[in-house]
Amino acid sequence: MLSFLLKRALAMLPVLWIVATAVFFLARFAPGGPFDMERPLPEHVKARLNAHYGLDRPLAEQYVRYMANLARGDLGPSYKYPGWSVGELIAQRARVSAELGAWALLAAILAGIPAGALAARRHGSRLDRALTGAAALGVCVPAFVLGPLLALVFALKLGVFNALGWDTAGDRVLPALALGLTVAAPLARLTRASMLEVAGQDYMRTARAKGLSEARVWFVHGLRNALTPVVTFLGPAAAGLLSGSFVIESVFNIPGLGRLFVSSAFDREYTMICGTVLFYAAALMALNLAVEVAVVWLNPRLRRSVAGGGGTGGAEGGGA
Amino acid sequence: MSGTGADRDAGFARRLTRPAFALPAAFLLLVALACAAGPLLPFDPVAQDRALGPAGPSAAHWLGTDVLGRDLLARLLQGGRVSLQVGLVATLVSVLIGVSYGVGAGWAGGRADAVMTSALDALNALPFTLLVILLTVVFGQDLLLIYAAVGAVSWLTMARVVRNETRSLRARPFIEAAVALGQTTPRILLRHVLPNLAGLVAVYATLTVPSVMLTEAFVSFLGLGVRPPLTSWGLLIKEGADAMEECPWLLVFPGAAFSATLLALNFLGDALRDLLDPRAAKP
Repeated sequence: MLSFLLKRALAMLPVLWIVATAVFFLARFAPGGPFDMERPLPEHVKARLNAHYGLDRPLAEQYVRYMANLARGDLGPSYKYPGWSVGELIAQRARVSAELGAWALLAAILAGIPAGALAARRHGSRLDRALTGAAALGVCVPAFVLGPLLALVFALKLGVFNALGWDTAGDRVLPALALGLTVAAPLARLTRASMLEVAGQDYMRTARAKGLSEARVWFVHGLRNALTPVVTFLGPAAAGLLSGSFVIESVFNIPGLGRLFVSSAFDREYTMICGTVLFYAAALMALNLAVEVAVVWLNPRLRRSVAGGGGTGGAEGGGA
Repeated sequence: MSGTGADRDAGFARRLTRPAFALPAAFLLLVALACAAGPLLPFDPVAQDRALGPAGPSAAHWLGTDVLGRDLLARLLQGGRVSLQVGLVATLVSVLIGVSYGVGAGWAGGRADAVMTSALDALNALPFTLLVILLTVVFGQDLLLIYAAVGAVSWLTMARVVRNETRSLRARPFIEAAVALGQTTPRILLRHVLPNLAGLVAVYATLTVPSVMLTEAFVSFLGLGVRPPLTSWGLLIKEGADAMEECPWLLVFPGAAFSATLLALNFLGDALRDLLDPRAAKP
């Protein structure tokens, strides 16, 4: 298991290097530079600033220096917030985004999995049709429609929560719901389909024959086995929550990583652009790896094949 | 793929009238026609009526007017034209790249296939939202380049699906026969492989359209994509969200139009999948 993890982690490095290179040059193709303000700076000030950050050097030299710093874990200085390093700013903002993502994921799981399980349990009933319909609708209402609508109803009309901000515990509710419900819908569909498939299995009949209560059969024996594809889905879903949080952060005015990236792209803050993209890429790959590990642990047969040194289990997980 | 071709075609035509397929198809046709006919209607999406300002739905302005007094229905149709165009053009780009890549990998097999497939896995783990944002910042003002940028990052699923199908086609007897007959590779690919991929590609292309439209709307919502005075559904939703307290209709109508179109496209894709290949598993 350890060697499997290590191998996977090492395989990320070349990908991250390619990403860093691509973004480094792509960002510099954008017209303008970090010190082209709306009110232009005096030419000599701009030249001093560029010289200070090494932006007057040939591009190749800048690239080599950036990569050398990167290898030491230094993402460079921020141009916009003097005195701050990109790493510090990202760490600060990422905490907010991660909290938002975690609440949203919790909302998605608490809403999606029970809804899907219930729909499968009452397969073909009116409740099933209502839940399936709601899920189909939910798949197509993006977070940036749902977010403002929730804010309109619960903040502006009913006054239950604040429409903006990230200060009180109540401020977490609407953003987490807006973001989480967009994942809850596909989650519910997947859980339902997976439960229906499990329902026909022999061990379900066995559990019933043992005289277990119907609820126990469904929610303990059925649901646990139906969850493997759901866990596989949660990895990309969590990744989607990370990037989906961009609009939610802008709708609810939350100081998260997404807004940091968007403003850095506007301001041509090269170090920040590169740093955020690298951070996201690393986070996504780590999430996918975590899901692979979780899937292996859920399935004893795969667990044995990985422990036995076979690399095939991982390859299958990656293709799923 | 059993039965004679004529049998299959008759069954296919009959299945096209099923409500699961016909309803979303009719709805989308209606939306597309309305958007295309937009310029012929007597409303102007850019004409401002400052005296009127924002007003709710009325006989003169069916869906109301925005903060500058522009007719919302006209703007919705104009935005729909842009959103649908983005969806179609970007999907076309993604189909071209995805099919070439998938057929290439699947047909080549062996080491080349292994390398191309693991490249797909690596690409899949990248934060594409950030890349699209970066591309729109770099290529900024040009709408066509936004299309291309969105399409250029939306081909991964298509490539994977096409690659798998090409692999299994390659092992089928009729392909072996074509190879044994000494047909050239381009000819085999054009005459035998691509036609057999068409159904699958149609299904995934239909499912790519909504995801591309979502990406465009997302980018426009952040203020990075389509620029005023041109508009798209994403931008209209953004403007609606900014003004929702006084004028909720500015958020509700564009949001509803957008969501309904996405819903119809998703239903259409699912129905098409059931029609063309009942055995195909969900991705």
